[in-house]
Amino acid sequence: MSTITLPTPPVLNPPASLEASASENPERLLELSLGPQHPSTHGVFRMNVVLDGERVVRLKPVFGYLHRNHEKIAENETYLGNMPYTDRLDYICSLTNNWAYALAVEKLAGIPVPERAEYLRVITAELTRLLNHAALVGFLLQDMGASGTPLMYAFREREKILDLFEALTGARMMCNYMRFGGCRVDAPAGWLDQARKVVADFPKFLDEFEKLLVSNEILMERTQGVGVLSRELAISSAISGPMARASGLNYDIRKVDCYGIYPRFSFRVPLGSHGDVYDRYMIRILEMRESLKILEQALRDIPEGPILDPKSKPRGFRPKPGECYGRIEAPKGELGFYLISDGSPNPYRYRVRPPSLINLTVLEDLCLGHNVADVVVILGSVDIVLGEVDR
Amino acid sequence: MIGTGILKGLAETARNFFLSYVSKDRLTTVQYPEQRLPQIEAARNFPFLVYDGAEWDAGMRCVACQICEKECPPKCIFIEKSKDKKPDAVGKPQFYPARFDIDISVCMSCQICVEVCPFDAIKMDVEFDLPTDDRFAGLMLDRHKLSKSNEYYHEIHPTEATAVDTALDAERAKAAAAKAAAAAPKPASPAATAASAASTPKPTEGESK
Repeated sequence: MSTITLPTPPVLNPPASLEASASENPERLLELSLGPQHPSTHGVFRMNVVLDGERVVRLKPVFGYLHRNHEKIAENETYLGNMPYTDRLDYICSLTNNWAYALAVEKLAGIPVPERAEYLRVITAELTRLLNHAALVGFLLQDMGASGTPLMYAFREREKILDLFEALTGARMMCNYMRFGGCRVDAPAGWLDQARKVVADFPKFLDEFEKLLVSNEILMERTQGVGVLSRELAISSAISGPMARASGLNYDIRKVDCYGIYPRFSFRVPLGSHGDVYDRYMIRILEMRESLKILEQALRDIPEGPILDPKSKPRGFRPKPGECYGRIEAPKGELGFYLISDGSPNPYRYRVRPPSLINLTVLEDLCLGHNVADVVVILGSVDIVLGEVDR
Repeated sequence: MIGTGILKGLAETARNFFLSYVSKDRLTTVQYPEQRLPQIEAARNFPFLVYDGAEWDAGMRCVACQICEKECPPKCIFIEKSKDKKPDAVGKPQFYPARFDIDISVCMSCQICVEVCPFDAIKMDVEFDLPTDDRFAGLMLDRHKLSKSNEYYHEIHPTEATAVDTALDAERAKAAAAKAAAAAPKPASPAATAASAASTPKPTEGESK
């Protein structure tokens, strides 16, 4: 498996040691509530931080403000009726959520997917990855105080991809596009050319973005050596996605599981070596470049043909009793759906394995010993969406 | 040297600023209420009911089969079936919705109602300018407010509407031909009529189960 290893940048700002804060006088500690209504928390998320001066001694994440009973609602809906609800899990990347759910149900019922639909799925999923990572780097820099400019540049690119999604699926964010055994509609006339143009123009944005900020001294000072996640901790706490890869863990479900038609495309998996915020930021930039490679190949090779399995129908879908777990590499990590069918039109049990929530469990370990201003940056680099954390 | 990275970044911002006077691509925003981007054809937000002809009441395609009401994930559709029947577009007596309400404060624009409708009666609208000061009654659209003509459907989704019309015309022509065929040999061969009469009620029976 070919991988990229990031060059070793000089560590400018080594973190203060944990022992120093543990020995402090408890009477000097200050408990502070960050959030839930705070722009830095990316939604309604609260952190109870115990501070010793500027240093974080303890951190307790509090979430559940956006709980919508997603899993229980799903047990009372039909299998198809759940599809629009999965859009609202990680509302930035609705198409990868659709895919993960469709994959789980297809596995459960043994439905084949036509060739063209597989290509459309790869194209939309990789566009979603571009969109998510572009939004993430924009928000991360916004959290660091680069007010406006990088975020606006990132959102300008995101808008082009959202226009593509609207032309294909009818909605910008709540796409509801995948069906069991394919996709809902075929690409309209001229859509693939429009997508090729967006993909061809995207590297310009990445070059611009790198020139804008990658060598910026303030950025390096704020990110290098901050929020280090060790490889061992990443493995033992089931971290997945770009966050695990930034810690040097070579784990990409596109390569490991080979779901869909990913084995046909040549792409590399970027790996970090430090596991700090800077590596997590750079991994996303490099992953966007690899996604562009997949997109170029998929848009070149996409065949003509049907987009939906002829046996697939919107009403009266009852899979045989059984259980299955379907997972994909969502932009944030491993997104899985666990389903149990008892042969009725609605699932007996429906469970989501959200990458945001599980990546968030190590937040305290990342933040201890750092300044309170770094907590905001570390949280931003974890890449959470509260729709998925709380469900 | 320290600071060069920052200067490089500033040069990039400055380039973007000055080139925005030259290149239209760099001006990405529009002044919304005055300037509007062209509507994307596949766009959707809330459902509406299609009617044929000039009269919304008479030409309504909906036959109150209540499939959309049953399949709607957030259950935002409310239908009351009529007691009597009235002729549809091809003159066949059909039920019609005595009441058809969609609560668009609940609707999540998933368009599953459109996918399950066997009569092409419900489609997605693109109208988004729906503010109201009454959040209960104002967002509860009744069947009159929901009814829009087939011409309007052609205006907002031309490709999709043409495909639907072609399919519907083919179906109606087939129905008319079958009706004519059933009517013509009536005096000649009673066996054919008996066979067609025996075959027609069966699917309706299965449907009602």
